[in-house]
Amino acid sequence: MDPGILKWIQEDMSEFLWTTVRIMPTMPVPPSSFEAGRNQYISTKILKEILKEVPGNALKLLGITDKDLCIPILTYVFGEAQLGGTAGIVSLARLRQEFYGSRPDQSLLLERLRKECLHELGHTFGLIHCSSKDCVMYLSNTVVDVDTKGRTFCRACQAVVSSNTGAGREE
Amino acid sequence: MSMEKSVNILVVDDEEIVRDSLSGWLEEDGYNVESVESGRKALERLPAKNWDLMLVDLKMPGMDGIQLMDEVRKTHPDMLIIIMTAYATVDTAVRAMKKGAYDYFVKPFNPDDISLTIRKIVKHHKLIQENLFLRKELKKQYKLRDMISKNEKMLEIFDLARTVAKSSSTVLIQGESGTGKELLARAIHDESPRTDMPFISVSCVSLTESLLESELFGHEKGAFTGATAIKRGKLELAADGTLFLDEIGDISLKLQMDLLRVLEQKEFRRVGGSDVIAINSRIIAATNRDLKAAIEEGRFRADLYYRLNVISIHIPPLRDRKEDIPLLVDHFIEKFNIEMGKEIRGVSEGAMRILMDNEWPGNARELRNVVERAMVVSKGNIITETDVIRPSGPQSANHWTKTLEEVEIEHIRVVLIENQWNIVRSAQMLGIDRVTLYNKIKKHDMKKEGAPPKSVE
Repeated sequence: MDPGILKWIQEDMSEFLWTTVRIMPTMPVPPSSFEAGRNQYISTKILKEILKEVPGNALKLLGITDKDLCIPILTYVFGEAQLGGTAGIVSLARLRQEFYGSRPDQSLLLERLRKECLHELGHTFGLIHCSSKDCVMYLSNTVVDVDTKGRTFCRACQAVVSSNTGAGREE
Repeated sequence: MSMEKSVNILVVDDEEIVRDSLSGWLEEDGYNVESVESGRKALERLPAKNWDLMLVDLKMPGMDGIQLMDEVRKTHPDMLIIIMTAYATVDTAVRAMKKGAYDYFVKPFNPDDISLTIRKIVKHHKLIQENLFLRKELKKQYKLRDMISKNEKMLEIFDLARTVAKSSSTVLIQGESGTGKELLARAIHDESPRTDMPFISVSCVSLTESLLESELFGHEKGAFTGATAIKRGKLELAADGTLFLDEIGDISLKLQMDLLRVLEQKEFRRVGGSDVIAINSRIIAATNRDLKAAIEEGRFRADLYYRLNVISIHIPPLRDRKEDIPLLVDHFIEKFNIEMGKEIRGVSEGAMRILMDNEWPGNARELRNVVERAMVVSKGNIITETDVIRPSGPQSANHWTKTLEEVEIEHIRVVLIENQWNIVRSAQMLGIDRVTLYNKIKKHDMKKEGAPPKSVE
């Protein structure tokens, strides 16, 4: 996991959510989450491990991994979160251009990562998928969806997040 | 912000991780999801909610996905079910689809596929539900119990009947034979608070004066020769219900007087009795005669007319509301399909033209009989022209060059001969009531062949 990416997302989230964002020590990926036949990791199982590590003074905990994530019935997921819960996880694997055979694009990767981090955090704030394409909570099953949807919450979704963080703003 | 919030999905899978991850994923999409680990548990949860969709694992210990689908279909034939399996074989896929699965997903599936499929299903399902709801609403508007119409005057009558039903006022229903006077009376009864009480119908034309008298009022033991026991009359039997007096225009002046007294005093005595019996029933009277003309001719008491005519309803004949013919035809087909166990889908264009062109002297009742007969003789699942043309004897070839009156006379004659001049059977076959047939025989001066000329009365 590139520490530069972590540092960047820490600053971006902190600025956007108007709240303190800390980086936790690296956690090993639980071996039980590995699906040998698919060479992927089951996000639901990782999420359960993450939950055990939530510090008492943290509102939310978001895991970021390089591993390719899936759930048993889906070929892949970009991430997963507890709806209205505490923890979420985002995978970088399928956000990278090189996954699709293209040249690496760091700024595009960071842009996608920010959207997916906000998206999964949104779920932890109880938000479900939004019907507005301009909202970061819009359902994205492919990177094309990720790239076309908005990079912030719509007014209605933002209101929910703000009421939970006690701060926030619209860009 | 939210989408598809009210959609209920039931996930059935024996693997906990599948249940957790799939329901989590679906919840993020805004669906209400519940998950259970077996077919048995699924069947238990089935009545709990109005499920829109079931995602069912094919391979489960105990009851498998297809067995579960069979069970669900018994009580929820329209349930949308998607079968999920990790072991894709053409055989099971075909089996699942044949059993009526909406789709068949092989694990693991592409998230985009399932998103799209579920959204498509939900949209489709909502449209079907909405369609069903609207069709029901539409029918409700056109319907009053067993009566159906989209004619403006009839709809006004339906409204009036619903309002009248709440009161206890006497109602006088006028209209030609076969327009549905008794149906309307029954509808008023069924819509009224008396609905659980009896609906008693008396046809005043079918009985002699003395018989009708004892029919209505009942009699004490020994009131007259043959009165060996107490008999309770229809007035008494109607109790707190509704008494329907059909063909009120045909009762004698003496009985008119008696009835008037009952209506005024709300009580009566059995024939030969001295005890006063109070009545609390609502009275609905009906006639196909012009009572005002009968009053002028001195055949009907004006005071009884005004007593009965508190609420007056005149049902227009079918020829004045031809827009109802297709509606009634559909209604009768639906009814007879159930009764006859047939699957008639409708009426051909040509047959409908014939039905629309008819003047229907016997009104909806005659139309019902024609549809019933056509459904009996129909060979396919569409009623055709030949099914609705009635056999009218050997002259049917020049059917189209005759006036309606000529055809009517000829047809009545054929039917009468066929039934050896049995009026009841002939009237039934003609789809009109006896009075109408009597009147027609009198009007056309028809006589039984070989019999000496005499009055049919």
